[in-house]
Amino acid sequence: MEILKQIAQCLEAGDDAGVPPLVRQALKQGTVPKTILDEGLIAGMNTVGEKFRVHEIFLPDVLLAAKAMYAGMDVLKPLLISSGVSSRGRVVIGSVQGDLHDIGKNLVGIMLKGAGYEVIDLGNDVAATTFVAAAKSHDARVIGMSALLTTTMPVMKEVVDLLKKENLNGRIKTIIGGAPVSQNYADEIGVDAYGYDCAQAVAGVKKLAAAVR
Amino acid sequence: MALRPQLRLLGDELLARIVSEARDLLCRLGTQVQNPRVLKLLADHGAKVDFEKNQVLYTPALLDRALASVPHSFKLFDVLGNETHDFSGHKVHFTPGSAALHVLDYQTQQIRKPDTADYVRYTQLLSGLSHIASQSTAFIPADVADRFSDSYRLFLSLLYGEKPVVTGTFTIESFRVMRDMQLAVRGGEKELREKPLTVFSCCPTSPLKWSEITSQNVIDCGAAGIPVEFISMPLSGFMAPVTLVGTLVQHTAETLSGIVISQVNRPGAPVLYGGSPAAFDMRYETTPMGAVETQMVDCAYNEIGKHFGLPTQAYISLSDAKLLDAQAGLETAMGATLAALSGINSISGPGMLDFESCQSLEKLVLDNEICGMTLRLVQGIEPREDFPALPIFEELLRDGHLLISPHTRRHLKKEHYFPGRVIDRANLSRWREEGSLTLGQRAHQEVERLIGAYVPSRLAGERKKELCRLMEAEARRWGMEKLPVRPVTA
Repeated sequence: MEILKQIAQCLEAGDDAGVPPLVRQALKQGTVPKTILDEGLIAGMNTVGEKFRVHEIFLPDVLLAAKAMYAGMDVLKPLLISSGVSSRGRVVIGSVQGDLHDIGKNLVGIMLKGAGYEVIDLGNDVAATTFVAAAKSHDARVIGMSALLTTTMPVMKEVVDLLKKENLNGRIKTIIGGAPVSQNYADEIGVDAYGYDCAQAVAGVKKLAAAVR
Repeated sequence: MALRPQLRLLGDELLARIVSEARDLLCRLGTQVQNPRVLKLLADHGAKVDFEKNQVLYTPALLDRALASVPHSFKLFDVLGNETHDFSGHKVHFTPGSAALHVLDYQTQQIRKPDTADYVRYTQLLSGLSHIASQSTAFIPADVADRFSDSYRLFLSLLYGEKPVVTGTFTIESFRVMRDMQLAVRGGEKELREKPLTVFSCCPTSPLKWSEITSQNVIDCGAAGIPVEFISMPLSGFMAPVTLVGTLVQHTAETLSGIVISQVNRPGAPVLYGGSPAAFDMRYETTPMGAVETQMVDCAYNEIGKHFGLPTQAYISLSDAKLLDAQAGLETAMGATLAALSGINSISGPGMLDFESCQSLEKLVLDNEICGMTLRLVQGIEPREDFPALPIFEELLRDGHLLISPHTRRHLKKEHYFPGRVIDRANLSRWREEGSLTLGQRAHQEVERLIGAYVPSRLAGERKKELCRLMEAEARRWGMEKLPVRPVTA
């Protein structure tokens, strides 16, 4: 549909003022909110993600597109809720206990929101128990953990162990990132995914959230 | 305005002394010129000429007249007539090293003789390298007879590429067809004179000698309005004094003698004050272009050229390594950086390995990035919207980051040079995921990508046809009935 294409293009251009009127226009034309979300906003973000991956566009362009996505979501959200369509899922993120570094984690949060997720950002210095409690209370599908220090990495394993202990490890998935962690470390401690940069983190969350559905 | 970062190696006093010693050499020892026509020309303009010994003694007045008439700048234009080069002030332009005998074959990693297909790939690749502003006739296809391999290179460059060409002849006879090809591209003598398309390298022979061919080239180019670059090649300790100052005195004398030949022939003929001097490595009997002393002499004679008010050239951003290895990168990058900081107007060398005798397409891709970074460097540091500083820092503290700030978006791409994929800036995991590629592998991928993206030259079809007709006639003249097969994409 032409209007959905226009929404996607407007989003790709990072035009946060342009997206909401187009979304309203699509609604007026009778397009259902879920279709606008999937084939307009998210389709646009997917194109943006791919262009970013091949260096056709840079981080600011992605973040502007994300901002345009939020603007569109502000219009759609009440309608999605009232029509019983859940969001793409909630993700709890934070820098693990002992770690005060949060630049990477913040960037992941911005990108996740851009991809249509609800993000519950617990900030930094987050204890394992806090991660799990927040995931439970917000009914989140994924916990994303970040660390910059080797000394704080073990908290990630604590979260995995806690989820296992509470029998939640099938329902709440885990993903980690940060300079000292790696795919090997992720495998070793039993987390579900690893993202070496923000784009990878979003791709990882997408896979995990879909698996939980 | 940004401060133009600048390197200087010679103090005023030393520079003046080098120049006065070089002038003295020209007036007391002179140069040999093995060309009767040029000897007569010089004699007619007041030089003391011994026609028996082919010896020329210059006079201060002759030198001064030549330096007074030689232009302080000139421009180059591509095959379509668009301006691409302004050789003036401290503006720098890169051009590939020229006339290599060999290429480094990526597949076999062997150094071998090149053929027509290699040359076409080179011109196609160069079309996509945005920081190398001109073509050069970079290597010599070995599948045509030596007698016309010089004009054949120019032919392929003009047929497939649009950028202007740094070139030269190997014989006196070749000049005619190489000029005619340019006339075919431009459409006439006046048009070529108004919009030069090539620069011809003309090399004195060290010490203090002009061969018949190269001195003839200087006057032939002058007559046709084709700019020349003088390529004096003193070798420190061998065919020149071992000291850098002594080498500079010789370079100055040889280059000044070229300027005199050019200007007595055609006052106002455009020239580049160029060269390819080298240290001489007394252990290996080689002429290292990557030696720091070679690069110092290049940068220093550039200062002398600028002292005369002339645009300059040097063979400086190249390497003596045999493969695309760390030595290749370090020597090229050091040379390019020093050259650009010195303001050498035409910097020759990209792509070149093995003492100016081996071209590598993969190295051209890497060197294009070196050129890009260097061009950024000489733009210097300038305030954009930085003062007062308060508002942007208020924004940073308010928003927590500046990733999507209008200030960032306005200045990101002007302020920062983003190299292509040959320069690895991925984090370790991403680098691994993308195949743990070496620099050579990444460069090769870029070579293939850029050749794949090549768009044929927009030179008019009938002018391309005329180029082909000229080349075929020249080949027949030297006994080759049919030219090697070329890709049809020209």
